[in-house]
Amino acid sequence: MASTPPTLLEPVRARPAQPPASGPARRRRTTLVGWSFILPNFVGFAALTLVPVVATLCLAFMQWNSYSAPEWVGLDNFRRLRASETFWIALRNTAFYAAGHIPLTLAASLGFAVLLNRRLKGIGLFRTALFFPYITSLVAVAVVWNMLFSPDTGPVNQFLHALGVQDTPGWTTSTTWAMPAVIITSVWRDLGYYMVLYLAGLQTIPAELYEAAEVDGAGPWARFWRITVPSLRPTTFFVLIMLTISSFKVFDLIQIMTEGGPGRSTLVLSQVIFREGITEGRFGYSSAIALVLFLIVLTVTVVQFRIQQRGER
Amino acid sequence: MLIPFGWMLVSSVKLDAEVFTVPIQWIPDEFHWDNFTQIWERIPLATYLKNSLILSVSITALQVLTGSFAAYGFAKVRFPGRDLLFVAYLATIAVPWQAYMVPQYIIMEHLGLVDTHLSLILLQAFGAFGVFLMRQYYLSIPDELSEAARLDGLSEYGIWARIILPLSKPALASLALLTFVNTWNDYMGPFIYLTSNDLWTVQIGLRSFVGLFDAEYAMMMTGSVISILPIVVVFLLGQRYFVRGIATNGLK
Repeated sequence: MASTPPTLLEPVRARPAQPPASGPARRRRTTLVGWSFILPNFVGFAALTLVPVVATLCLAFMQWNSYSAPEWVGLDNFRRLRASETFWIALRNTAFYAAGHIPLTLAASLGFAVLLNRRLKGIGLFRTALFFPYITSLVAVAVVWNMLFSPDTGPVNQFLHALGVQDTPGWTTSTTWAMPAVIITSVWRDLGYYMVLYLAGLQTIPAELYEAAEVDGAGPWARFWRITVPSLRPTTFFVLIMLTISSFKVFDLIQIMTEGGPGRSTLVLSQVIFREGITEGRFGYSSAIALVLFLIVLTVTVVQFRIQQRGER
Repeated sequence: MLIPFGWMLVSSVKLDAEVFTVPIQWIPDEFHWDNFTQIWERIPLATYLKNSLILSVSITALQVLTGSFAAYGFAKVRFPGRDLLFVAYLATIAVPWQAYMVPQYIIMEHLGLVDTHLSLILLQAFGAFGVFLMRQYYLSIPDELSEAARLDGLSEYGIWARIILPLSKPALASLALLTFVNTWNDYMGPFIYLTSNDLWTVQIGLRSFVGLFDAEYAMMMTGSVISILPIVVVFLLGQRYFVRGIATNGLK
């Protein structure tokens, strides 16, 4: 239709309507237009996300300190890691945090979502109340919970006393109870976010399924396990992946509540990366820890993906 | 669930000695509202709030602008390599930030931007998150609309500005609110990059106050209340956009 393909310099607005048929020139122009949209974001994204991600991969196999030139050292950083006690402690603590944070947040958010998935007056208020901790600042949350957990006269222990618990935990001052205290706080903070995801998932389950099951005589418990849980499988899959990633990269909450202490009882991997890489300037070594962290997240995610796929068959 | 907030509010108008009483005093004998005036003299809270505002507003503006622009390229323009590029964006969402923060820091150090607000703005404004969220929304807008506009002679940029953007106000609101809140609440970024006191955000300032005066319980709560007030306002204004943003982001 158009006798001459429009050149790039031609003002785009002035061109006549284009047929969907595509010549090489048109294709080239579309490509340029497409890139022009993406470019402003991509420049920043490539320089400050993509390049650092790739750099981490390379740096993990190099020795590079703030005062020496980078040098290829193969697996040396990983050998040092294997011998480092701090690394293993941090790895174990991170796994402990994940093992508490993931199932508890999942159960709590699913439970509240099912509970609040009904049309009642004022139910929105409850949802808001549950969601609110998620958007409040972590510093405020950590400061408040640290005080709530205060061992002598803190409200949590007062409550436990009232329940008849004699030997109340020392929470953030105790090497045994600091991590549980952090986990409780994190579950309280995050469950609202995942509850919103579950509420959206619950909307997609047709009401007829429940009605049919009720006719067949299935009680609420059976309906929950036979209909709700299987129908929510895609949501649960997504929630699990998000929880896994967020558990393994936990930093802020622990840094503010306990700074990794007492001792090293709540020290996690991302704190070690921060200390080694940024405070101490050991770029290569810290990148090796970062790579391990990433590989763990990747493995757990791939395993969850496999299980999800098998479940769908 | 809201009990901790209630306790925080009550404690913020108490005397230090009244914060930890047995049993808990839910209504203080006397309301010490002066805590809320005193705290401004104790720490440069106004500076902290201003810094948090500068960062949150500029990062949100850039994220929304570049994110929604790039998302149009990914959702509505077909060109070779597009999907591969999008996979690169997606893949980085799954990589924890901690895994590449050291190279980022080295780059910023070379640019001489450590201990400036600009470093944080550059780091957080071009995230994949905004692109992802906006693309999901654009995909739900029927292509016939942009086709019709194209036949009317509107350029791709015109379609974005005049057709797609006005239609995606809810998604833009979600993205803006989520980014604003995330930036306002961010601790790790400012913690790593900002060392000068006069550049600190509310979060860092509050944390440092708690570290320095760890027995001034009431004042700590006062500071906490002030630090979340802006978020409460933003949240109440745009509550439904938050929920919608999270739900779209999560399930498509």
